[in-house]
Amino acid sequence: MPDQSPISSVNDFVVRFANVNGSGSASANELFARSILRHGVPVSPRNIFPSNIQGLPTWYEVRVTEAGHLGARGGVDMMVAMNPQTWDKDVASIEPGGYLFYDSTKPMPSSKFRSDITVIGVPLTAITNSTYTDPRQRQLFKNIIYLGALCALLDMDPKLIEQLIGEQYKTKEKLLSSNVHALHLGRDWALQNLKCPIGLQVKKSDKVGDRIFMEGNSAAALGAVYGGATVCAWYPITPSSSVAEAFTSHCKKLRHDPKTGKAKYAIVQGEDELASIGIVIGASWNGARAFTATSGPGISLMTEFIGLSYFAEIPAVIMNIQRAGPSTGMPTRTQQCDIIACAYASHGDTKHVLLFPEDPAEAFEFAAQSFDLADRLQTTIFLMLDLDIGMNHRLCRPLKWDDGRQYDRGKVMTAAMLDEPGRDFGRYLDVDGDGIPYRTYPGTHPTKGSFFTRGTSRDRYARYSEEGAIYADNMQRLVRKFETAQDLVPRPLQANAAKPTKYGVIYFGSTAPAMDEAIGLLEARGHQLDRMRIRAFPFHSSVASFIADHDFVYVVEQNRDAQLRQLIVNENGIDPVRLVPILHYDGTPITARFIANAIGDHQDHLKVTPLRKAVS
Amino acid sequence: MTYIAKPKFHHPGLKKNDLGYTHRDYEGKISTLCAGCGHDSITASIIEACFELSIEPHRVAKISGIGCSSKTPDYFLGNSHGFNSVHGRMPSVLTGANLANRDLIYLGVSGDGDSASIGFGQFAHSIRRGVNMTYIVENNGVYGLTKGQFSATADRGSKSKKGVMNTDNAIDLVAIALQLGASFVARSFSGDKTQLVPLIAAAIRHKGASFIDVISPCIAFNNHAGSTKSFDYVREHNDAVNRLDVLTGRDPITVDYSPGTVQVVEQHDGTRLALRKIDADYDASDRLAAMTFLQKHAAKGQVVTGLLYVDPDAEDLHTHLDTVETPLNKLEAEDLCPGSAALEKINASLR
Repeated sequence: MPDQSPISSVNDFVVRFANVNGSGSASANELFARSILRHGVPVSPRNIFPSNIQGLPTWYEVRVTEAGHLGARGGVDMMVAMNPQTWDKDVASIEPGGYLFYDSTKPMPSSKFRSDITVIGVPLTAITNSTYTDPRQRQLFKNIIYLGALCALLDMDPKLIEQLIGEQYKTKEKLLSSNVHALHLGRDWALQNLKCPIGLQVKKSDKVGDRIFMEGNSAAALGAVYGGATVCAWYPITPSSSVAEAFTSHCKKLRHDPKTGKAKYAIVQGEDELASIGIVIGASWNGARAFTATSGPGISLMTEFIGLSYFAEIPAVIMNIQRAGPSTGMPTRTQQCDIIACAYASHGDTKHVLLFPEDPAEAFEFAAQSFDLADRLQTTIFLMLDLDIGMNHRLCRPLKWDDGRQYDRGKVMTAAMLDEPGRDFGRYLDVDGDGIPYRTYPGTHPTKGSFFTRGTSRDRYARYSEEGAIYADNMQRLVRKFETAQDLVPRPLQANAAKPTKYGVIYFGSTAPAMDEAIGLLEARGHQLDRMRIRAFPFHSSVASFIADHDFVYVVEQNRDAQLRQLIVNENGIDPVRLVPILHYDGTPITARFIANAIGDHQDHLKVTPLRKAVS
Repeated sequence: MTYIAKPKFHHPGLKKNDLGYTHRDYEGKISTLCAGCGHDSITASIIEACFELSIEPHRVAKISGIGCSSKTPDYFLGNSHGFNSVHGRMPSVLTGANLANRDLIYLGVSGDGDSASIGFGQFAHSIRRGVNMTYIVENNGVYGLTKGQFSATADRGSKSKKGVMNTDNAIDLVAIALQLGASFVARSFSGDKTQLVPLIAAAIRHKGASFIDVISPCIAFNNHAGSTKSFDYVREHNDAVNRLDVLTGRDPITVDYSPGTVQVVEQHDGTRLALRKIDADYDASDRLAAMTFLQKHAAKGQVVTGLLYVDPDAEDLHTHLDTVETPLNKLEAEDLCPGSAALEKINASLR
């Protein structure tokens, strides 16, 4: 018996699986997460994986959360320790009173355990080897056997897992029955040999509703399908590759001409990121909707083209699935570290539109919208995801599409328009005062509307010019255009604290679920915060007024240099003292505990020393 | 200067093509290149080829990178859309444009710095993908706009204007294009318009990746003794393997060829290419032989010109991607958006 009373919790705990990369554990672990969802209990799973194909340690963490807290929690209540390499660290990370599940086939010295946790040994290798002879089967079914044991230990309904296996192997009867068999091997062994259930339990609930369980990258790719993207050019880079792969598989199902079977899309794996963005810009220039997906190093490579897109005014959509930088950084760890790099990408005076979805549902919506924005604004639109949203399954509201919605192709002059009497076409002529000129697609009209696109300075009629006044006129129009963008991009969402407060918090993107949960933790500590979730750059005017309405505002982000805060200070002329950075940047997803501690400690400090004294 | 308007006046008796257009309809702005620049002769040849083929000028998209050569698309086909893009990146921009609308004619104009140095990778990959385009490199072996540095196509042992010897090996873009599977490969000389015009015309009519390397002496920085890209040097070492006549329409071949000296190749669109052999042994349908021939002659310091290789049955990138016949940029929301019912099914599969 452990010298600490075992944790007892229903539908609120964290299980972490420690596996070896490439051992086939991923699908069993995902099955575990999904089966809890089928109990009507929300889960928030996260892959913690190395930049490696086989052999290195990998973890899969499932937060079981009836309350629906979808951010990472921190801490582990039950460790499924399947990797000897990381054993010591894994055992050490278990919360006092927690549980250790391990393969007990080979005896372990007692020094390898802790006295304050419950140790659950199941001879997985022995059970597997006595049942299967094929080495590959042994490896794969071992994963399903531990799933079966967990089913008994956590008091899960095996029928729900069987149902999921049935859906997965609908057409493969042999795989179906063998998986179900393995599941019961593990479950039966646990029921016969262990005290089941333990303190951690899953009970049926109804907190999932109609929500869906999806990865952000797949959702963004689906948004591109719905948004009318026809050209995708990309270069493999973690954690963005699954965007292009998902776009490919969505298109295969949704975008073939029913009569001819031909593709209504073109996907090219470029030779590098330069070619990928070049293809996107060429296609967009020629009137197709095109996008690329990449991550930090790819953004660095694309910057020359991004400047061209800004200056020559060519639509482009870039999905940046951020990972920890700089340089190669931590390719499989999450961060929000490319805010400045994207907002001001390229040499010279440039500014770009950024969208910050919080989850897969918003990634879908913003991805579709980004093509309208790119066409309307004739410039690059960045869809800023990160690894945490992109590569993890996230519970989110169902995707929605309004069938009456039309694509906004922006200001495109047609042959008929060019023929209208008195019509004056100047490619860079600001006819409407919104800074957005008309463009024509190549091949539109035999004698009218052609122009020469260039990255060099030119006048309103696209004629080459190095005249200072002409150059400045164009640069000023681009500023007007960026101001127009402010009201076209998704607005920030604001939520006020239960009681009036002098303090606010600004956050964005994947921080959202942790922030929502942190608000509750802070309230419990007696701290009230109004909050604003920024969803796009350029910032809507409400951002400046939100800051003005509070004594000061915390800016929570996942990078070292407080990049969003820098951008707010720079673009809105805010006194930096009014924005307190709360920064998490170790590559793990930000947690509610972290935010609540950082803000709570700062607030507690304020209670001791009045603000006036602290700053003076 | 581009801001000086060309006079619109033209002689009423100017020759018209099948569309009723004159040469003037294929011209662009006034060139800003040096007087006597080989590139201007290539511009003239492009104009001539498009005129002869009776191409609607606005159905051509002309795309370039950065450099002297890349400026030239402003000087021809004034009614076409042009795109002077990023240094070395014409091939990717052209690839994207081509994917968006398979119905236009794509003319990529580049230089040796643009294609053999900074854009060597993009050159290679656009060729190996079989993008349906005419890719012209205006090759002068030198960086003109930055005043005379060697480019990667400068021959080893050739001298710069300042007298510096080039010690690096040269990249032969024609040899590389052949190796990478270009389905139409030619080399010509800007000073030989009679050879160049039909080559451009045939390349435009070719479905697939057409590549033409045009040696085009730089009058300002690479036309001196010791250069292997000067007018004099190229004239002396030009080894043309064939002369080409492009025959469009159904007219019978009436040109009087001596028997056994003509190789006729029919391309996908019905264009027939009559190759008058100068070198009796040269077979333009044999890729491997072409590569060997080139290497042997290059070793002797000869510049092999003519239509070096053609595969009339080539496929292009759209064939490989199996895209719909309608240009992708003409597809509307109803063609592209799967709608809410499909989305409901997707939602259901994610629960």
